[in-house]
Amino acid sequence: MLGIFASIIDGVLVGLVYGLAAMGLTLIWGVMDVINLTHGAMIVAGMFALFLLTSALGLNPYAALPPVLIGGFLVGVALYWISIHRMVGRPPLMSLLSTFAVNLVLIGVGTAVWGTALFNVDVSLPGITMGRYTFPGAHILAAVLAAVIAAALYLFLQRTRLGKSVRAVANNREAAELVGIPTTRVLAISVGLGVALAGLSGVLIGTLFPFTVLSGDGYQLKGFVVTVLGGFGNPVGALLGGVALGLLEGAVTPFVPVSWTLVIEFVLFVLVLIAFPAGIFRSRRGAL
Amino acid sequence: MSSMLRRPFFWIIALAVTAFALAPVYGNDVSLRESLLLDALYITLASNLNLMLGYAGYVNFGSIVFFGLGGYICVWLVNSYSWPLAPSLIVAGVGVSGLALIFGLGILRLRGAFFALATIGVIEAVQAFVENFTPWGGSAGIYLSGEIFKPLGGPAHALWVIYFMMVAVMGLSLYLSYAIKTSKFGLGLLAIGQNEDAAAILGVPTSRYKALVYSVSAFLPAIAGGLYFFKSAFIQPSDAFDLSLSTEALVVGMLGGEGTVTGVAVGAFLYEELRGYLLTSSTFANFQLVVSGALLLLIVLFFPGGLMGFVYSRFPRTQKVLE
Repeated sequence: MLGIFASIIDGVLVGLVYGLAAMGLTLIWGVMDVINLTHGAMIVAGMFALFLLTSALGLNPYAALPPVLIGGFLVGVALYWISIHRMVGRPPLMSLLSTFAVNLVLIGVGTAVWGTALFNVDVSLPGITMGRYTFPGAHILAAVLAAVIAAALYLFLQRTRLGKSVRAVANNREAAELVGIPTTRVLAISVGLGVALAGLSGVLIGTLFPFTVLSGDGYQLKGFVVTVLGGFGNPVGALLGGVALGLLEGAVTPFVPVSWTLVIEFVLFVLVLIAFPAGIFRSRRGAL
Repeated sequence: MSSMLRRPFFWIIALAVTAFALAPVYGNDVSLRESLLLDALYITLASNLNLMLGYAGYVNFGSIVFFGLGGYICVWLVNSYSWPLAPSLIVAGVGVSGLALIFGLGILRLRGAFFALATIGVIEAVQAFVENFTPWGGSAGIYLSGEIFKPLGGPAHALWVIYFMMVAVMGLSLYLSYAIKTSKFGLGLLAIGQNEDAAAILGVPTSRYKALVYSVSAFLPAIAGGLYFFKSAFIQPSDAFDLSLSTEALVVGMLGGEGTVTGVAVGAFLYEELRGYLLTSSTFANFQLVVSGALLLLIVLFFPGGLMGFVYSRFPRTQKVLE
């Protein structure tokens, strides 16, 4: 019984990180109706940035967060100009294909450089022990950091002028343009933020689990499920969706093989979409 | 059918298929045959994906599932039940089509981008299932013994038989694409691709058509998968559900011009020749994905009409002949 309880607690902790991993995806999705299929690759980029910074420069794993935030933002702005700018306002399938193409390039370069070998970053933090179970310190710290980053994003979107223009653009791009918001710049910044969030979550996930160049796909898929559960572009919703997913995984893993969890999550994704066909989304759109 | 025979395009396809079948026979050129076999495979996969992508406007990232499952069913029947090749292929095709119909009725209730995301889930689900499915060897896969080639007259002869069958599957794919495009069914699909709501209001049975085209687009790729893995005499999940093949089918469709029969076939041919060159060149061998990604990006950004879009705009008359 305690085993299931512990598994669920750990599910919540990891779920908060999943929520952060989905946040960048859902932000871009909510603001410009573009599904960024490079998201998984950007998460992996964060993981490898963590690996390189800790192994080559000997940095503390958590000190990798600020450089990844800045680097991710710049990469995101570049991504916007390369593959998204010409696609905004065109059928959503076109941006799906263009970001997918960039993803192929990134994954191709990644596998050519690093192969598909497993990488690992050791984090030694004291855990918290309850009875026979110890919750790893890295899981607790990652969950706390994920919640802090989500809160920061929430405050940015709600309280700052730039954050408000991001929400305005999400709500109605033409109207935002009419009242003098530089929409193109706001779109580029949103993609920058989305990619930066992907990188940050990559760093945190890298402190929890071993990873390969191809790990991003799984987290990207979880991101879709979280978006469906939590709604568009809403950091708090993403966090809650992530926790729901983590809870599900925590409750399910003692009983089924690990390779099935993604399948169960995807069945959930399809079921939620069928149960609320376009409903929860359309009402949520622009409600950033 | 008789009206089909009077159309020049019908004979263009026939000519192309004949050329494919006969080219390696002259001079008994085995390496040309192997290269053309891959061309025929790509043309089959891309043409059938095009039924979804080009006609109905639905991106299917998981088209490779049909190919892989078809391969598994065929190899399994041959290996465990000693079935001959032909009935195994037919069961593979029919079985995968049936499965696709069931899947399709579920996920095709999703529109546009959500459908595309769900197809990624289909790959994950099927791959997880196969990796845990012991009758199919789990993640180790199934090996066929050399004995299986005996009924086809020994390995050397069998490879020729498989080649001709693959070319036949390619020909059927092209005729299927053509027949659907010129039918009422195809018109309905194209209407769905333009505007699904408007199509539904005008009386196109959208959900039935979508599920049907999803199922139809599974049939020939499943048979091609059966042939391909029978030829290799080996199948394992990572080969059968190789995402890059799915991707390449998409790239090929966009390269040639989605929604056209000629463009997709020519695109598949050109792409596979290019890929063969890249794989054998020492510089690019590791960068095959990078090249297809960059190619796809350039097409999507600058030439959304693909090859045929260019040909149609430069030579408008070709639109009357080349579908």
